[in-house]
Amino acid sequence: MSAGFAAAPGSPMLAVAQLSKAYGGTKAVDDVSFEVGHGEIVGLVGPNGAGKTTIINMILGVLEPSSGTVRVDGFGVATERTRALERANFAAVYAPLPGNLTVYENLRVFGLLYRVSRLRERIDSLLEEFDLKKFRDVKCGVLSSGEQTRACLAKALINRPRLLLLDEPTASLDPATARDIRSRIRDFVALGQGGILWTSHNMYEVQEVCDRVLFLSRGKILLEGDPKTLPQQHGKATLEELFVAVAREPLTLGVG
Amino acid sequence: MSIVRMLAIVLRQAYLIRGSSARVLPLFAWVAVDVVLWGFITRYLDTITVAGLNLAFSLLGAVLLWDFLVRVMQGVTMAFFEDVWSRNFLNVFSTPLRVSEYLGGLVLSSIATSAVGLTVMVVLATTVFGLSFAAYGLMIVPSLLILFACGIALGVFSSAIVLRKGPAAEWLIWPLPAMISPFAGVFYPVATLPPWMQYVAKLLPPAYVFEGMRAIVAGRAGALGPLSWGGGLAAAYVLLACWFFASTYRHAVRTGLLARYSAESVS
Repeated sequence: MSAGFAAAPGSPMLAVAQLSKAYGGTKAVDDVSFEVGHGEIVGLVGPNGAGKTTIINMILGVLEPSSGTVRVDGFGVATERTRALERANFAAVYAPLPGNLTVYENLRVFGLLYRVSRLRERIDSLLEEFDLKKFRDVKCGVLSSGEQTRACLAKALINRPRLLLLDEPTASLDPATARDIRSRIRDFVALGQGGILWTSHNMYEVQEVCDRVLFLSRGKILLEGDPKTLPQQHGKATLEELFVAVAREPLTLGVG
Repeated sequence: MSIVRMLAIVLRQAYLIRGSSARVLPLFAWVAVDVVLWGFITRYLDTITVAGLNLAFSLLGAVLLWDFLVRVMQGVTMAFFEDVWSRNFLNVFSTPLRVSEYLGGLVLSSIATSAVGLTVMVVLATTVFGLSFAAYGLMIVPSLLILFACGIALGVFSSAIVLRKGPAAEWLIWPLPAMISPFAGVFYPVATLPPWMQYVAKLLPPAYVFEGMRAIVAGRAGALGPLSWGGGLAAAYVLLACWFFASTYRHAVRTGLLARYSAESVS
């Protein structure tokens, strides 16, 4: 059962090494390496088409890399898929829960897929935590965007993952709901439950939430550092300015 | 292999069926319609043909057995299509679920749903039209097992086709049983077919089942030899279909099709 994973000693939550993915002659991800440590929130930012979702798909094992390795909590996704994936989970705006099942039914099905022990208690606790009790028996398809995001996050935490992948979790949410979601995700890390890889186009959010940020452009990591100090190191006032500069003119920053 | 993860797929299907009359009705409605339609057709034919032909056994029995195979196939494909229709591949295949466990879940779902159809057809055919499967003797057991295995193989093969070709490929797989049935000799002896069709029939396990059934109806003993050969073929087709699904899945993961399934191709 999923509770109490035995981690490989000293392993980061996520270790990506020399990861590449090519479609024909086009390199979507080009020799990317990074790690996510225990209790760390790492932001993966970049313009549309930079390769963020491709990287997440490779970490989740639904896309095979052309080369390189992905290890979750010490277990290789390619070689020990089941052990690696039972330690990970994800939420993404483009992967909603099936709308024809209720919140409870979805959580129960995914809880079984992750073989969560004491599942009923776990579901009750997540319904409470994400303020979903009143939607327990409501089909996910009729929930609002914010409610669906909360349901997706509840599913993403059902197995108490060591690695949580969040692909634009607050996209399409109003500022109040987005703040609420950020707070709940920070709580997950504060409780010492694992590490998070977070993609977002909201630079304010990245600066507020992430311990470290990776700038991705054309499949390569161009910059890496503390989102609070990185803009100044590159002569920019804000993270958003730095984002625009990296996206449009990477060479002016001495990268790319 | 984790039985818990297989049961998760079955539970998902149970939740969907429980909450939807559009999913409950097809479990037995078409079977019931077929029993009634062919029941009356055989009753009529019995009045205009020579006595002793026992069309209820040869025709109605064949219809119901073929229906059983089709329901088993649809039990697999319907459970698979739920993931297609709800665009759920990313959520499902990013879990620790293995392909073998996923297929196991589809098969278990099909056992449950086809059992409903089988029960309805047996009850209706027995009570309304006096057809008793017991009249086929013990041969009914291996015959049903072979048809069940063929339904599973067809369902898994069809699911792989849709996984490879995208949601629009659904229309390709619905007519598959109808395309096979003329070769399988469901309603007539295989000897009726031209030689090239007879060669194809030799490769189809249902052909051995229906030949055996007709032999019993004609008062001869059902031969175990040909039925065993049919059983071996059916088992081989199940393995081949599972291999085809697994290799199609690996192709979808390698090319990125699984992650962008709604695009139907990655080119």
